[in-house]
Amino acid sequence: MLNVLAQTAAGEMLEGLKAIGAGLGYGLAAIGPGIGIGTVVGNAISAMARQPESAGMVRTTMFLGIAFTEALALIGFVVFILLMP
Amino acid sequence: MSTNANVESDAPESAIARDLVRRALYVAPAFLLMGLLGWGTTGLFSAALSLALVAVNFRLGAAIITRASQISLNALFGAVLGGYIVRLGLMTAVVLVVKAGGWLATVPFAITLLVTHLGLLTWESRHVAMTLAAPGLRPPQ
Repeated sequence: MLNVLAQTAAGEMLEGLKAIGAGLGYGLAAIGPGIGIGTVVGNAISAMARQPESAGMVRTTMFLGIAFTEALALIGFVVFILLMP
Repeated sequence: MSTNANVESDAPESAIARDLVRRALYVAPAFLLMGLLGWGTTGLFSAALSLALVAVNFRLGAAIITRASQISLNALFGAVLGGYIVRLGLMTAVVLVVKAGGWLATVPFAITLLVTHLGLLTWESRHVAMTLAAPGLRPPQ
């Protein structure tokens, strides 16, 4: 009886730890792209302020840079989905 | 006189997002077929959801940048970083709801999401790089 209870508790604990790990992983994976997007946009804004005539080109490369950086967050998102019980 | 709609359609990021969505439609049948053959109707639905999320993510990101850039550069900074969090949150919410309903096959979803996102961006970057470097040699759509 005690053995069964212990096994059940261990199973539930494992599921809980998996969920915590998934959430922590996703959160940590979102930090890097956040910093990266901040850097990309900050530099793009600086460029647009210095040379407003090149804003179109800067916005084009900025959008692609943001999208590429976001791919890292999507990898974290996929790991989160795979780990979620 | 330019209306709001004109400004939005002329914005470079909106043009790129439109291009990305158009290219996503080209590759969609391959991913849908992979999902259907490998995981049945759940796989088909998961691949379709993944493609829709990628497309909506690009269009929403572009729309946020376009709107914010009409206001000010500071608004642009805030909107892009805020938009990043909001878009990730929306994506997570949608996927968690679908997963709770038992309609998500994680493997086709993950493959489609990552391959489509990175593949489309690489495809579009090649086009954009060539256009910026030599506007006269713009490759065919």
